[in-house]
Amino acid sequence: MNYLQVLQLAAPETTLAVTVLLVLTVDLIALRGESVAQRFRMGMLVAIAGCLLAAIFAFARNQGPLVNLMNGMLVVDPRTDFLKVVLLLLTTFTAMISVAGRFTEHVGEYLALVLLGTIGLMFLVSAEDLLMIFISLELLSLSLYILTAFNKRNARSSEAALKYFLFGGMSAAFLLFGFSLLYGLTGSTNLPEIAGVLKTRGLDPLVVAAMVMTVIGFGFKVAAVPFHLWAPDAYEGAPTPSAAFIASGSKVASFYILAKIMTLGFAGAVGSAVWQGYVSGWTPMIAVVAALSMVLGNLTAIVQTSVKRLLAYSAIAHAGYMLLAVLADTPASNSALLFYVITYALTVLGAFGVVTVVEAATDGDALSNFAGLSRRAPVLSLCLLVFLLSLAGIPPLAGFIGKFFVFSAVVSADAGHLGLLWLVILAILMSAVSFYYYLQVLKQAYVLDAEENAPAIKAPLATMLALVLLAALVILLGCAPGLLLRHL
Amino acid sequence: MLAWTIYISFLGVLVLMLLPREAARAARIIALLTAIAGCGVALIGAMQQANPGEIATIIKVPWIPSLGASYNLAADGISLVLVVLTGLAAIAGILFSWNVEKRTKEFFAFYLALIGGVYGVFLSFDVLLLFVFYELTIIPKYFLIARWGSTRKEYGAMKLALYSFVGSHLVLIGLIATWVVARMQTGHASLDLVELSKIPFPPGFQHWVFPLMFVGFAILAGLWPFHTWAPTGHVAAPTAGSMLLAGVVMKLGAYGCLRVAMVLFPDGVRMWQNEIAALAVIGIIYGAGVALVQKDFKFVIGYSSVSHMGFVLLGLATLNTIGLSGAMLQMFSHGIIAGLLFAVVGRMVYDRTHTRDFNDLQTMQLGKLLPFAGVTFVLAGMASMGMPGFSGFVAEFQVLWGAWTVFPKLVILTGVGILVGVAYILRAWQKAFYSDVTEECRAPDRHSSNGAPHAETVPDAPFEPISMPERFGAFLLIGASLVVGLFPGLLLNWIQPCLNSPLFERLLKGGSL
Repeated sequence: MNYLQVLQLAAPETTLAVTVLLVLTVDLIALRGESVAQRFRMGMLVAIAGCLLAAIFAFARNQGPLVNLMNGMLVVDPRTDFLKVVLLLLTTFTAMISVAGRFTEHVGEYLALVLLGTIGLMFLVSAEDLLMIFISLELLSLSLYILTAFNKRNARSSEAALKYFLFGGMSAAFLLFGFSLLYGLTGSTNLPEIAGVLKTRGLDPLVVAAMVMTVIGFGFKVAAVPFHLWAPDAYEGAPTPSAAFIASGSKVASFYILAKIMTLGFAGAVGSAVWQGYVSGWTPMIAVVAALSMVLGNLTAIVQTSVKRLLAYSAIAHAGYMLLAVLADTPASNSALLFYVITYALTVLGAFGVVTVVEAATDGDALSNFAGLSRRAPVLSLCLLVFLLSLAGIPPLAGFIGKFFVFSAVVSADAGHLGLLWLVILAILMSAVSFYYYLQVLKQAYVLDAEENAPAIKAPLATMLALVLLAALVILLGCAPGLLLRHL
Repeated sequence: MLAWTIYISFLGVLVLMLLPREAARAARIIALLTAIAGCGVALIGAMQQANPGEIATIIKVPWIPSLGASYNLAADGISLVLVVLTGLAAIAGILFSWNVEKRTKEFFAFYLALIGGVYGVFLSFDVLLLFVFYELTIIPKYFLIARWGSTRKEYGAMKLALYSFVGSHLVLIGLIATWVVARMQTGHASLDLVELSKIPFPPGFQHWVFPLMFVGFAILAGLWPFHTWAPTGHVAAPTAGSMLLAGVVMKLGAYGCLRVAMVLFPDGVRMWQNEIAALAVIGIIYGAGVALVQKDFKFVIGYSSVSHMGFVLLGLATLNTIGLSGAMLQMFSHGIIAGLLFAVVGRMVYDRTHTRDFNDLQTMQLGKLLPFAGVTFVLAGMASMGMPGFSGFVAEFQVLWGAWTVFPKLVILTGVGILVGVAYILRAWQKAFYSDVTEECRAPDRHSSNGAPHAETVPDAPFEPISMPERFGAFLLIGASLVVGLFPGLLLNWIQPCLNSPLFERLLKGGSL
């Protein structure tokens, strides 16, 4: 296979890399004297054009055969192609939402970093090799750290970034340690090969250590309890569009790769988390992390007064639900996981988008800043209603269908004894709790009144378009989930 | 045809959302027309259904094939009764909220969304679809109460929303477990109600999943001790809200109990039959007893709802045709009567006097000032206490008759509840409308100072007269109650063939035990 063919396989990533340079150049050369808003608009258009072109490349390849390049360095199959389209779509929406924020003058750099992060995400979903996974993760993480710190006028932003960076660096160290153990044990960095060796070897302390390290590393990445401490601060301090990117695109790829490592790489050490039928392996470990995330995330979210923090804790809780799908480890649960995480990403991106607009208009993201939103911005608050109700799992929105898919797949994984039902019961009860805090936000928007003569809230056209599209998608995927499900 | 009840309601929501903010009058008229159209469709559709005993499919298209869910709307006699009830209650509710001035179009948009969801529940024969509509009703309920309610509205609304949500999540657990077990037993995924009802679930499974689902639904039906959302929610809600809550939303719960929990798990019902009946009777007596000592007029009605819904649950627990048809009649009857009672308290009295406290109402001589309200309340009260001629009588009589063969001791206890039921209505009549306590009795010095004769001591600003929409609404509801009371066969012709249909066969004739 020559380089041209490699470039063809990696056409979406390559396109995006060119777009990064283009965004930087255009901003530096052509838009020097323009206003920030104008630069943002133009930069956004370039970025979106790049994303859409890359998406077309990925989509055109969608029905192509499975290609496994250099022993798992770059695996391309219809599913990864579809995921790349989704990631590019999420990035497009992120760019459209960023326009509403007022946090930086460095437009070119900001958009370039978002795109760089996306490249990391795309390589991540295509990787089946520990080294490649680690490199893509680092490319992603470094972009995210800088994106978090991007609001230079706000000390909270730097603090959040530092915290995120330190935690992230530590988690990378854990991950690398786990990976090195795995390589030492099995002599391979390729996931299926690792699994093959682990099967014959059985569970010994070193394997367990490698497993624990890997789970810790990814636990940080997906913000699962007890590795979640960075998330609320990072979400709150980061510029809201950056937080949206951390919560959406990065979640999709991280969960995809976590599930891949666990189900593909540790296939020899599954274990069992069924009630009274515990067998050690990676599933009971994930079960504990998932249960803790659901309980702590939901209960802590109740007392939050900042909407961004509230969304951060809700993200922790949702990570718990998604981990359930990881540990069920069946074909049905895998597609349920992807359905859930994609619809979650769309929803949470929209929610952060609304927060971006409200924050720009009212200088804050406290609950009280949302008071009377339904009068000040009817369309915006209708979108917020859709997003939050979907997060709460109200039918017929995508969030509910995702939950139903995940929970039914998890219970089916041990249908004979309903052994995993205890986790699902916990999840469903906790999701009943979550309704309370989402309703608190909606109460501000729909029940309480704004101050006298509060002006209407206006958002840039691109942002409104993105939010309305996202809300429509959330409703559409709830009413016709088959549209998405048949690709997964 | 009947599916248009759902579509028309949601279409109404859309139209209302597009209206300009100031067009309050247009919003009212559109809402009323939507409700009338919905009710009309319901009535015509019900008339057209040749054989109410069988399940007439309206539409059935695959929805989520991997789960076996389909968009499956259908109707049998039981659906018809409740759809017609919803249509009537919807019209009455709008007539009694003609005076909503604050954000009128949003009010009616939420109102119609609630109605649309309720129609959907009653017409769904796919369990997942039913659940979707069931949960869909929670959101408009919350906003209707929190935004347009009165006493402690945000607390009442949140309590109601959380109780509903917790209840529906219990149902969701049961639903998922049922789906998995059914798929294991039959080899293919299905969420079709009729298909699921044919599967003999293992008794051990039914033993725990039935109470889960039953309680999940029954929370919304006001099952004691999970009823506490009901009085606070009813009191906090705006008039139309309370009318709908008591009138149709509580029926959603009872309907879910019957249609889903009991039909799917006939063995489970038998295992828990006595417990359900006991809780139902406690609810009847407790609700009536608490209603007897309330100071707030609306709380009396709120607790009376708990008491009356106890009859529905008792009827369900009898597991015989008479008891079950009694329960269905009671659902209809309570929907009408509770709506009327709330209309009198909330719209006719409270909106004019701005108090619901009996001590204040006693001094106002409302029976003279608002004779129409007084008479309406007397009629509604008679219907509520189960006077022959009104719908309440036939319904409660059937429930007791059905229960007599199964739980004779409980029926005697229930008699106490009925007596207390008479007492609290009489007390409310007397205190609110026909009290002798006058301003002079409380402040005799005023009487002596101006020396005016007794008859002329009406308050200086008499209340605005009862408006036309209120009169229409009252006539509609009283009429419906009388028609059903005098000709119960109208509804029984729909209910009884349905109970003899294959869907209920295992429930009534004993399951696989």
